[in-house]
Amino acid sequence: MWSRLKQMLMKEFIQVFRDKRTRFILIIPPIVQMLVFGYAATYEIRHVPMAVLDLDQSQESRDLISRFTSSPYFDVERQVTSSRQLDDLIEQGNATVAMEIHAGFAQKLRKGETAPVQVIVDATNSNTALIASAYITQIALGFARSYQQDWIGRVAPQITQVVPSVELEPRPWYNPNLSSRWFFVPGVIGSLTLVLVITLTAFAVVRERELGTLEQMMVTPIRPVEFILGKTLPFFLIGVFDVSLIAAVGSLWFQVPFRGSLGVLALGAVLFLLCMLGVGLLISTVSSNQQQAMVTAFFFIMPAVTFSGFGFPISTMPMWLQYLTYLSPLRYFLVVLRGTYLKGVGIDVLWPQMAAMGGFSILLLTVAILRFHKALD
Amino acid sequence: MQDAAIAVNGLTKRFPGVSAVDGLSFAVRAGEIFGLVGPDGAGKTTTLRILAGILAPDAGTANIAGTDVIRLPERAKHALSYMPQRFGLYEDLTVEENIRFYSDLFGVKRAEREARGTELLRAAGMLEFRKRLAANLSGGMKQKLGLVCALIHRPKVILLDEPTTGVDPVSRRDFWRILYELLAEGVAILTSTAYLDEAERCHRVALLHQGRMLFCDTPANLKTRMRKNVVSVASTNPRLIRMHLERAQGISSLVMSGDGVHIVVDDAATRIPQFTAQLTAEGVAFESIVQVPPTIEDLFVDAVESKGAARG
Repeated sequence: MWSRLKQMLMKEFIQVFRDKRTRFILIIPPIVQMLVFGYAATYEIRHVPMAVLDLDQSQESRDLISRFTSSPYFDVERQVTSSRQLDDLIEQGNATVAMEIHAGFAQKLRKGETAPVQVIVDATNSNTALIASAYITQIALGFARSYQQDWIGRVAPQITQVVPSVELEPRPWYNPNLSSRWFFVPGVIGSLTLVLVITLTAFAVVRERELGTLEQMMVTPIRPVEFILGKTLPFFLIGVFDVSLIAAVGSLWFQVPFRGSLGVLALGAVLFLLCMLGVGLLISTVSSNQQQAMVTAFFFIMPAVTFSGFGFPISTMPMWLQYLTYLSPLRYFLVVLRGTYLKGVGIDVLWPQMAAMGGFSILLLTVAILRFHKALD
Repeated sequence: MQDAAIAVNGLTKRFPGVSAVDGLSFAVRAGEIFGLVGPDGAGKTTTLRILAGILAPDAGTANIAGTDVIRLPERAKHALSYMPQRFGLYEDLTVEENIRFYSDLFGVKRAEREARGTELLRAAGMLEFRKRLAANLSGGMKQKLGLVCALIHRPKVILLDEPTTGVDPVSRRDFWRILYELLAEGVAILTSTAYLDEAERCHRVALLHQGRMLFCDTPANLKTRMRKNVVSVASTNPRLIRMHLERAQGISSLVMSGDGVHIVVDDAATRIPQFTAQLTAEGVAFESIVQVPPTIEDLFVDAVESKGAARG
């Protein structure tokens, strides 16, 4: 048994490392994708193009505009002269936010009235629109508050000191700077490993079927379990290597802190890799060539990533979808990744995720092996 | 039947809508090379796959070297070797690595592998290509390497499925020489072939048609069953000969070959003078016209045609 398995493994590694393309796939794309995700995947908004129409031309209106100009979130690129121009800029996509200050803005404020300011937000990207609106509100409220204080100071200087107010002191735990990179980088480790291990495993088995070497091997005394181990163990080891590689880039390049225990992360990675090997094998049993394997893998990978909480929070999904997310092994691994990286929690907190991945790996591998036996006949 | 290296009895395999193999029985002795001959779809590959233990039949028994290959395929696999039309080589491994891989799967010891591998590679004329990637071998070389991999564990029974299809003549010769040497070692060989000239190299052949066996005998005996005669007209312009003789009386088939025309007739004694007279009268030159022994191909065409006629 051991000598046949050893031979399978040697053959597999020779094949992987002799092929320039495979060698390349194992190292370069994971790093590149990690860098791309690290830089590109972010919920933060900066330099949102903004157009302003100031029909009031007062001290107050210029003060309000200057608060936007000095904000890092908005670039006030155009000062226009008609509301028609505002509409055009939004429509052409040259401005995401447009603000119109009506004539009489300052007059109303001086009288102590509420002065409306119209703000148009291009909500094509609802996420950007939401965050931009929040910033706009913040800036407008900041302006209003300091104007109120000035106004009270002028009208009734004696009560300036005693205006009651509430001061919030938010403490964002685990990610004090609210950096979305810290949120994304651990997730990228999981999703990249998922794609890599599933496709490599599925392709490696399907290629044997396509070339006729699978049938050739079945007339030798090799046992299916030896074949399956020989086919999966190399990709397990490659998966471990890639997890380490991507994690190293995350820690060394993006400086994402790692606060938990490496052992817990390793355990989670092993269980997750076993699940992915099972999925890869399953795909190979239902595909007779590499194109089919590709399409089948795609149909698994897309929902598996979407439902994992990688990009969209699970808690905002409709309830029936939330139940579906329990089927994605990546969901559990992401909790382990973010838990060990950012929260620094241990197995006492993460054991349900470990148990789920353990259960899934047993289930997936069993079904894959049974199906594999059948597919050989 | 007990001492037969391959014993097949009542083998039947149905695929949806078609009987690929239909009640097939035959036996192959050790040291014998047995040919399965028939057109595509005759059931040759299905039979070989069942015997290789990778396809379960619907009925019948099959023994390989005394082991029931249907019930105990794992045990039978040690004694047999199966070579499909395209042997499953790893193109990204070298010649040596392919041999090593397959020999280790069969548990061949290292020293044995070296000795046997060298011997087989020499016989295949491939000793100097040991370090070459299988992908960079010619079609004939690939197939010979497949044979080397298939023989590395000294099987008692060898199953070959059209092993020399698309192989160059030199490699084909090497291939057959290796096979004949194996026969001397007491190996039983079952081969299917589309080349009827190759069938004549077998000790016995079975003609298969639609999953059934038409005849099974030595090539020489089979030819005596031929009720018709074969006439060969040698000419530098076979096309012209065909044009003139195509509609002559008594012809059941006419095939052009490189140096003449091959004609199956009802009776050579009456037809040779008739053809000679006709060609001379029409002013067509030819080198010779003689009766030749029928080939397996002639026999096969005749057998299938008369069967078709009987059914029709």
